[in-house]
Amino acid sequence: MRKSLLRLEGLTKAYPGVVANDDVSFDIGEGQIHALLGENGAGKSTLVKMIYGLVKPDAGQMTLRDQPFAPAQPSDARRKGVAMVFQHFSLFDAMDVAENVALGMENPPPLRDLARRIRDVSEAYGLPLDPTRLVGELSAGERQRVEIVRCLLQDPKLLIMDEPTSVLTPQEVDILFRTLRKLSSEGTAILYISHKLEEIRALCDEATILRGGRKIATCDPREKSARELAELMVGQVLHPPERPARPMGDVVLSVDKLSLHSNNPFGTSLKDISFSLRAGEVLGIAGVAGNGQDELLLMLSGELQAPSAQVRLKGQPVGHLGPNARRKRGLVSAPEERLGHAAAPDMSLTSNALLSASERKGLASRGFIDWPATEVFARDIIARFDVRTPGPHVLARALSGGNLQKFVIGREIELDPDVIVVNQPTWGVDAAAAATIRQALLDLAGKGAGVLVISQDLDELLEIADSFAALNEGRLTPVRPARGLDVEEIGLMMGGAHDMHVAQEASA
Amino acid sequence: MILGSINPAVLMAALMVAATPILLAAIGELVVEKAGVLNLGVEGMMIMGACVGFIIAVNTGSPFIGFIGAALGGIALSLLFALLTQALMTNQVASGLALTLFGLGLTALLGQQYVGITPPRTPKLDLGPLSDIPFLGRALFTHDIVVYLTIALVGAVWWFLKYSRAGMILRAVGENHDAAHALGYHVKRVRVLAIMFGGACAGLGGAYLSLIRVPQWTEGMTVGAGWIALALVVFASWRPWRAMAGAYLFGGIVVLQLNLQAAGVRIPVEYLSMSPYLITILVLVIISSGKGRGLNAPGSLNKPFHASS
Repeated sequence: MRKSLLRLEGLTKAYPGVVANDDVSFDIGEGQIHALLGENGAGKSTLVKMIYGLVKPDAGQMTLRDQPFAPAQPSDARRKGVAMVFQHFSLFDAMDVAENVALGMENPPPLRDLARRIRDVSEAYGLPLDPTRLVGELSAGERQRVEIVRCLLQDPKLLIMDEPTSVLTPQEVDILFRTLRKLSSEGTAILYISHKLEEIRALCDEATILRGGRKIATCDPREKSARELAELMVGQVLHPPERPARPMGDVVLSVDKLSLHSNNPFGTSLKDISFSLRAGEVLGIAGVAGNGQDELLLMLSGELQAPSAQVRLKGQPVGHLGPNARRKRGLVSAPEERLGHAAAPDMSLTSNALLSASERKGLASRGFIDWPATEVFARDIIARFDVRTPGPHVLARALSGGNLQKFVIGREIELDPDVIVVNQPTWGVDAAAAATIRQALLDLAGKGAGVLVISQDLDELLEIADSFAALNEGRLTPVRPARGLDVEEIGLMMGGAHDMHVAQEASA
Repeated sequence: MILGSINPAVLMAALMVAATPILLAAIGELVVEKAGVLNLGVEGMMIMGACVGFIIAVNTGSPFIGFIGAALGGIALSLLFALLTQALMTNQVASGLALTLFGLGLTALLGQQYVGITPPRTPKLDLGPLSDIPFLGRALFTHDIVVYLTIALVGAVWWFLKYSRAGMILRAVGENHDAAHALGYHVKRVRVLAIMFGGACAGLGGAYLSLIRVPQWTEGMTVGAGWIALALVVFASWRPWRAMAGAYLFGGIVVLQLNLQAAGVRIPVEYLSMSPYLITILVLVIISSGKGRGLNAPGSLNKPFHASS
C-alpha cells in the first residue's frame, strides 16, 4: 500500500436545487495515477474545483501529507503543490506561450528566464513548445502542452487533469500517457478525470467512480472490463444503437474542390474539400478540434457562403444560398455550440422551435406567427426525444446540456430533411441521451436521409458511420468505408501526432 | 495665398494642445477596454471632469487642485458605471450611453453659476533655453506641464501593459475572463480598478478643456471629444503609442480646420467643423473592414462575466 498524499473525507457541496457532491471520501497515493470516473453531472468538476480551491466545500475535510488542506483560492492550492490542467477555458489566445505559462504560476521568473525553462522542461518531457508563439495559432494538442508545462514548472505533487484526451489524436494520446507515466515514476500523483474507459484501464492504478454526486466505488480499473465500469458509471445496462442494413440511394449532397476562408481570425480555412453523401448514408468526419470542423459546418449550413456550383444539394447548386433557403430545400444543420448558436439561450423552447422550423413547417404566414401550432410542434419534439423539461415555455438556457442537445437535434430531425449536418451531436451529453441521439440519427438515415456527423469522438463515429473521412488542417481525407478501419489508421488520417519526432526521441 | 497665413510652428503647438484632452480620455479607455469592458460613457466622464475641475479650481484658486478634483469626479461617475455593469450585470453599452447622458445633464445643473467666469491660469512650464530653439522650441517646448505628463502617461501605460505582471493579468482578464477566473484571478476587481483609471483619465481630459484649452465653462463643452477618444482606441488597435499618433492626427485636423476658418477658406464653417467626426467614422469603417483580423480587440470585450462557481 502506498503512502497517502491527499485524503478526502466526507466532502459535500450543495447548490440550490442540486447536491453536487454528497459525502465523497477517497485517498490518492504518492505517485499514483488515480482516475475519477463519471458521467456529465456526476460531480467530478465540483470535486476537483474543491481540491483546487475554486469552490469551498459545505462539509468534510481534506488532508495533504497529513496536514489539513483547505485552499481558499487556486493560488493557495498551487503553493501547496496542487496543479491543474483544464479541459478548456484556461488559455489566452492573443498572448504568447510564455505569458500564458507565467499567468498560471505563483512567482514567475522574468520572461526571458521563463522562456528558457519552458524549453528545458518541455523537451525533458517530450512536449516540444516554442515560448514565443501566440497560443491562438497552436493546435489543440500543443495548447494542452502549454497547460501541462505550466503545471510542471511548479513541481506539483498532485497534477489534476480534466478530460485531457478529448482533443488529441490517438498518437498524441500515447505520447501524453508516456509523459504521465514518467511523471508518476518520479513521484507525482495524478488525478485523471475522464469518461473514456479504455484509457483509464490502460493508464490508471486506481479509479473512483462517481454517480449523481455520490461515490459508487473505488476499484482497480485493470481488474474490471470496460463494460463493468460503464455500468457502474451509468447505473444501468446500456444498449448499443441498432443499425439495420439499408440500401444507399442517389447522391443528395456533394461538395467539389471547395476552398474557403475562415471568418474567424484564429479559425482554419477549408482547403480543397471534396466529398459526396448519398441518401441513407451516415458519413462520419473525424478530426481534432480546430481543424476546420466549425468552418465545414458553417459552409454546409449556409452561414458561410461558397461559389454556388461547388456545393450541390440533390444536384442543384446551393453554395450561394443562406441557411433558410437551404433549409427550405431540405438541408438542415445543428452546430456544436448549443447556447448561442443552435439555440437562443434567453428564448423559450417554443420560440427556439420556431426559429429553424418556420419555413418547413409553415409556422408563419404573411408575417404573422402561428403560436399555437408552434407550441404543438415544440411539444412534439419534447415528447418524441424525451427532453426532460417542465414544458415548452422554459428558457433554453435552463435546460441541461444533454436535454437541450436532444431538443435542438430533435428539432432538425422533425423537419424531415433530405440532408442533416451535425457537429459534435453528443458533446457533453450523458450516455443515455447520447444513445437516444445516435439512434435518432440512424433512424433518419434509415428513412432515406443523408446524415453527416462531424465529431471528435471516434467511438461514436465507429458506432454509427457507414463511411469515414478526417479533417486535418482544413483538408479532408478521401472518404473510406468505415467497416474494417481501426483506431490506428484513423489516427493517421487525423494527421497522426503533429511535429512529434522530438517527443518520440525524447521518450525513446 | 490664404494658407500662407498659417504658421506651422504655431499649428504644431496648437495641435499638441488640441490632442491632449482626447489622448488622456483615450489612454484611459484603452486600459478599460484591455480589461474587457466597453465604457461608452467617456463623454459623460469627460464633461464631469471639465465641470468639477472648473468649479474646484475657481473656488480654490488652484488649477492643480482643480485637476485632482476632476480626476475624482471622473472616478465617481465611473464607479456608477462599475456598480451597474460589474455588480448589477447590466448591459455595458446601454449603461455607457446612460452615463454620458447623465453626465451631460448633471454638469449642466452643477455648472449653472460658473458660466462666463475665467478660471485661474495654469502656468506654462518654463523649459529655459529649450523653448528658444527655432521652430521646435515654439512647437514643442512652450506648453503647460499636463501636455508632457500626458505623454509620460502614454509611456507608462505602454510599459505597464507590456512588461508588468499586473498589466499581464489585466490583459488576461480582458482576453478570456473565464480562463482568468479559473486560474484564480479576481476578474471583477481588476475590471473595477481599470474602470476607475478610465474615469480618472477622462476626468483629467475634461478638465484640460475647461481649465487650459478653452478656458471657460460652458454646458456640453466637450462636444463629442469623448466619442473621438472612443474611436481613437479602435483606430489605435488598442496600442498606446498608436493612440498618441491618432490623437495628434485628430488634434491636427481640429486645429487645421480652425486655422482654415480663420484664414477665410470659402467652405461653409459647418463642413469644416464636421471634418474630425467624419474622419473618425471613416477611420472606423476602414479599420473594421479588415474583418477582425489584425484588429487586436480584447477577446472578452463587452461580454458580461458571471462567475460560475
